[in-house]
Amino acid sequence: MYMYYGITMVFFTVFWVCHIYIYINNMTLFIFYHVSYQNVTPFLCIIIALHSVEYHVLPCDICIINCILLLQVTVRDALNQAMDEELERDERVFLLGEEVAQYDGAYKVSRGLWKKYGDKRIIDTPITEMGFAGIAVGAAMAGLRPICEFMTFNFSMQAIDQVINSAAKTYYMSAGRQSVPIVFRGPNGASAGVAAQHSQCFAAWYGHCPGLKVVSPWSAEDARGLLKSAIRDDNPVVFLENELMYGVPFEMSEESQSKDFLIPIGKAKIERQGNHITVVSHSRMVSLCLDAAAVLAKEGIECEVINMRTIRPLDAEAIETSVMKTNHLITVEGGWPQFGVGGEILARIMEGPAFNYLDAPAVRVTGVDIPMPYAKILEDNSVPQIKDIIFSVKKTLNA
Amino acid sequence: MFTLVTERENPTFEKIISPIIDVPPSPALITVKSPIINPSPSPAQLTPAVANSMVVSARTYADFTPQATFDIKKCDLHKLEEGPPLQAVLTREEGLQYYRTMQTIRRMELKADQLYKQKIIRGFCHLYDGQEACAVGIETGINLSDHLITAYRAHGYTLTRGGTVREIMAELTGRRGGIAKGKGGSMHMYTKHFYGGNGIVGAQVPLGAGVALACKYLGNNEICVCLYGDGAANQGQIFETYNMASLWKLPCIFICENNKYGMGTSVERAAASTDYYKRGDFIPGLRLDGMDVLCVREATKFAAEHCRSGKGPILMELQTYRYHGHSMSDPGVSYRTREEIQEVRSKSDPISMLKDRMLSNNMASVEELKEIDVEVRKEIEDAAQFATTDPEPPLDDLCNHIFYNDPPMEVRGTNPWTKLKSVS
Repeated sequence: MYMYYGITMVFFTVFWVCHIYIYINNMTLFIFYHVSYQNVTPFLCIIIALHSVEYHVLPCDICIINCILLLQVTVRDALNQAMDEELERDERVFLLGEEVAQYDGAYKVSRGLWKKYGDKRIIDTPITEMGFAGIAVGAAMAGLRPICEFMTFNFSMQAIDQVINSAAKTYYMSAGRQSVPIVFRGPNGASAGVAAQHSQCFAAWYGHCPGLKVVSPWSAEDARGLLKSAIRDDNPVVFLENELMYGVPFEMSEESQSKDFLIPIGKAKIERQGNHITVVSHSRMVSLCLDAAAVLAKEGIECEVINMRTIRPLDAEAIETSVMKTNHLITVEGGWPQFGVGGEILARIMEGPAFNYLDAPAVRVTGVDIPMPYAKILEDNSVPQIKDIIFSVKKTLNA
Repeated sequence: MFTLVTERENPTFEKIISPIIDVPPSPALITVKSPIINPSPSPAQLTPAVANSMVVSARTYADFTPQATFDIKKCDLHKLEEGPPLQAVLTREEGLQYYRTMQTIRRMELKADQLYKQKIIRGFCHLYDGQEACAVGIETGINLSDHLITAYRAHGYTLTRGGTVREIMAELTGRRGGIAKGKGGSMHMYTKHFYGGNGIVGAQVPLGAGVALACKYLGNNEICVCLYGDGAANQGQIFETYNMASLWKLPCIFICENNKYGMGTSVERAAASTDYYKRGDFIPGLRLDGMDVLCVREATKFAAEHCRSGKGPILMELQTYRYHGHSMSDPGVSYRTREEIQEVRSKSDPISMLKDRMLSNNMASVEELKEIDVEVRKEIEDAAQFATTDPEPPLDDLCNHIFYNDPPMEVRGTNPWTKLKSVS
């Protein structure tokens, strides 16, 4: 019985996050809270496991299992916790955007915040991006610290003038008189089946502009630490999330649960050490790179996978150091190839000290240079797949 | 406490025994018996011209009227039961101050015109002469602790919001002594509670509503005045802002400075409805004469009261006129006639209007006002001198002010070997 119980727990941890359990009489009541990225409706499931006293189930076993369970946090929850803590910490912080309040967030990222903080701090806006983005920037200029949510960054194009001309450039144009402490956040890049107008990656567009910081987290820890840093930063930060990552759980270290856990903006992280080739990526593609690296490891190819974490300012030093060790480089991104993030990385490597260490041309793995199609087979073939990364690594190493 | 001043025969003015004004003729003909006033000593008293005139007409400062009440034009109202008062009280001190400020703006803009033609100012330069009553009237209707944002025709507001002529002119000439250290230029000047100076037409309107949101959020009883022109009035983001400002009852005064032309396009050719004060629809609106500084002041006070009492936003349309073209590259006569410009100058000039009022009511002397003119001219000359001799910003400053409160960082120069330093 205990073995069955154990296996059931392991199975559930993959998809479920257990919040509480209650041991009542001879029954253990497990309340699970499940959010799937395909289906954003949370539902409660109560499983009643019958334990007989004769099986001597030790309370400590249950505690251990629940400790493991509790440290699995989805990206969505990490973002939610980060915003909750920052709202609590600083009264000037507030959130505005479409459906962030009473709807609990279009993707449920702001779930529970309106109930806790009310209308003053969690503001539902009409569907007027240019207007509310401008209002958010103005509020930042006058001393508040807004978090402006775009339902997806595709809609930020309607407000891009406010992000660039009103937010990013102002500190410079005013020679330091007027700062703009604002965060623009929302899902970026391809999702699943949402077609051309809802799938664009804006990392390169925003990464192009001085005066902006552009952040692209991958894991739950990234999301938490970087969002906190972004909110505490006194400058305009564009925070590019990914819808497909919202429901993915990650283990969070003890340290990362602290209320003051910050990840510095502008520093990349090496997710996997390796000697043969450097693979640089950001956001969801990091998952694919790690999967590809796992497959390649079986063939004896050790990839060093770098998670950029920040698009601007770009941590070129981390990439250079890695390239000087591995002598090979590929970049992996979901966005379009022309004038993209990969193009910038390659240019920097060319211009920097790492060029002389390259044994083969550095290449980019990117989304296909087309608007995103709808049909599943077409969509799947419009973004890099694990096999594309493996193929590019092998080509680079054999070249 | 009142000492009767010996009356003198003076055929120009009607004499009224009662101290209360109840005669409603044109403002030029009202006189009040003056109690002793105590003006601050002015250098004007000491110049030979004044001394001579004092000898000739034997007029002392005790003669000046300390204050007068003027009729002002009624405002057109939209969704308002009552409008601003129909009379405005102007004290002598206020009158002199408004005159001085408007004259400073006028002369500053004309000097900028001159410097631009000498190629000492470059790029964009949008001049404000003709519209002085708007900037001065608005500022007198609010407090310095309130907030203001406008578009690119901003030199006048930079001054009324606390900037100095020196800083403004040095910014126009791109020198290190400029209000934005030479990095902003004509369209990007900032002071405390003044958010520019914005180059993108209409973008400043949502920004202004955001400032108002901050005022409401922080509960500081401050308001934001958010200006735009007749050209910008058709921008979509302005209507988005009207909606949200009204929904959330933001303490925001939207002010449309209607100078009849959006660049070269007259209002009839640009807007299906030129009743800009009604374009806010559900937002109450006022239309008034923007060439009359008292009219602007009273309307602004009225609007500020409306906002501060929590009723939400309000819209004002100021009917005004610019003498120069849209910018320095526009002579301003291809889309309007010289006669039109001349007519406005002779009949509705804001500075002349104030001057006539004050002189007719014995609130100031011609010599005194001339003296102010001389002082203003001197101030502008000094500022222009500074603006042309101050050095340009140092090259080390090129990459500074990218981020606030950040450690120093490196910025790529024009080639990979050039690494430039940037500090906050």
